[in-house]
Amino acid sequence: MKWSRNRTGYYLKEGVSSIFNHSLMSFASICIIIAFLLIMGSFILLAVNINDIIGGLEDENIILAYIDEYLSEFEARALGAELARTANVSRVNFITREEALERFIGRHEETGRFADVDPTWLRHRFEVFVEDIAFISDTLHEMRTIYGIERVNANLTVARALVSVRTIVTGISVVIIAVLLAISLFIMSNTIKLATYERREEIAIMRMVGATNSFIRWPFITEGFILGFLGSMASYAVLWSLYGIMAGRVYNFEAFFINLVPFSVVSVPVFFLFAAIGFGVGVGGSGLALNKYLKV
Amino acid sequence: MIRLTDVFKVYANGTKALKGVTFTLNTGEFAFLVGPSGSGKSTIIKLLTGEVAPTDGQVVVNGYDMERIRMSKMPYLRRTIGVIFQDFRLIEGKTVFENVAFAMRVVGASNKEIRQRVPYVVELVGLENKINAKPDELSGGEQQRVAIARALVNNPSLIIADEPTGNLDPARSLEILLLLQKINELGTTVLIVTHEKPLVDRLSMRVIAIDGGRIISDGMDGYYNYEVE
Ligand SMILES: Nc1ncnc2c1ncn2[C@@H]1O[C@H](COP(=O)(O)OP(=O)(O)OP(=O)(O)O)[C@@H](O)[C@H]1O
Ligand SMILES: [Mg+2]
Repeated sequence: MKWSRNRTGYYLKEGVSSIFNHSLMSFASICIIIAFLLIMGSFILLAVNINDIIGGLEDENIILAYIDEYLSEFEARALGAELARTANVSRVNFITREEALERFIGRHEETGRFADVDPTWLRHRFEVFVEDIAFISDTLHEMRTIYGIERVNANLTVARALVSVRTIVTGISVVIIAVLLAISLFIMSNTIKLATYERREEIAIMRMVGATNSFIRWPFITEGFILGFLGSMASYAVLWSLYGIMAGRVYNFEAFFINLVPFSVVSVPVFFLFAAIGFGVGVGGSGLALNKYLKV
Repeated sequence: MIRLTDVFKVYANGTKALKGVTFTLNTGEFAFLVGPSGSGKSTIIKLLTGEVAPTDGQVVVNGYDMERIRMSKMPYLRRTIGVIFQDFRLIEGKTVFENVAFAMRVVGASNKEIRQRVPYVVELVGLENKINAKPDELSGGEQQRVAIARALVNNPSLIIADEPTGNLDPARSLEILLLLQKINELGTTVLIVTHEKPLVDRLSMRVIAIDGGRIISDGMDGYYNYEVE
């Protein structure tokens, strides 16, 4: 069948008029898409913010790798390359025992008490930064096997807590999103089923005068597409403005030391994700309805 | 062109609707198909339009073997057939013009072709003054003429009508049959299922009579040898 503007106009017109023929069902299918995408969007933003906090922690030196005291400073420095090659390590920073002592003294108020501490009591060390704290245990384990590394230290409590929060949030959101996706497809396909039912006479006439299956289907697919599109754009707008309001509140609330990630960071991928899901639910739902209902 | 060869039709519930029907309607021919209620007339029409498949035997319509035709080819066969029903089957809410144009749109005609062809066909059935009326503003006979215009608009080589005058008074019925005869004279093959003996008598055309799923007579000049109710 050849494509023509003539036809596209016809499909659009039929699709739109069909939406108004059963406006309640159309409204319901837009609403369920909005609900679906808003919940999904909230989870995404929550995950993005948790990741942001975790990322902040990753930038603080979590791991300290102490070097065997019998190695010279030169030999100790040489271990840096090997440490940096360890999986999940983003960068390493060498600290001599003298620097370490300075820092230690700097952190304590009565500096006089440590004035006679000899730097050789301390070890040379590396600060090690990781890419993902979820895998930090493996990284520690691997670093311990390096010859010349005496001891590896890391403060894992906060990291572990955040990683498990992230895992739980991901798990819950996968389940909820799957359920919502199923519900959205179901409602969308019922809307389109209703549309085909309303037009069964017309469809019979179309068949009789020799319409191809695709010609009969396109107006319904167009309808699903329009509903999906409206739903996704509406939920995007709502998510954006609600998040903006929330970010403002958090900023004004001084007890929080954190700031929310600005929406602009995720706006483009979320836009395309929403558009893709709106498209998928709209066209997929109508496809489901037509496969079941519009047999030749 | 229609050719049925030893056609049997048994419905899913076991009803034997056709028990060995054979007849041919050549291109350009005109025929009535008559018979009592339940004799299998509509079954024959449905075999011709591909709505049901034969249980046995061969059905050929405009060169397509209905048993071998692929589902994807069916729309293209249907475009060569114009079908008219007793209950008109017009789309409410669409004007005469739109109802007729609909059939052209479905087969992919351009707006320009539609604007040229539809008024011509509407005039052919004598409804040029009602072209913007909707079905509920038309009489039964007028609605049936819209249905005929729709059947004609894609220039089919075969017109099949299942009791096209069943809902009309005798004067209107005659009008419709004369219109179909005129269309036949323009070169289209026409097969009409009807109950109306006086009209069949009057037109003096070929009559195929069926009873109990079998052809019981087939002859020219309005002849048939049993009483339709
Ligand atoms: N879909 C079907 N399933 C089962 N039996 C059917 C079906 N359609 C028709 N029949 C049976 O097949 C036989 C022939 O039916 P058909 O509709 O062809 O008769 P007809 O000659 O058109 O009758 P009428 O003049 O009343 O329209 C009848 O006994 C009818 O009950
Ligand atoms: Mg019948």
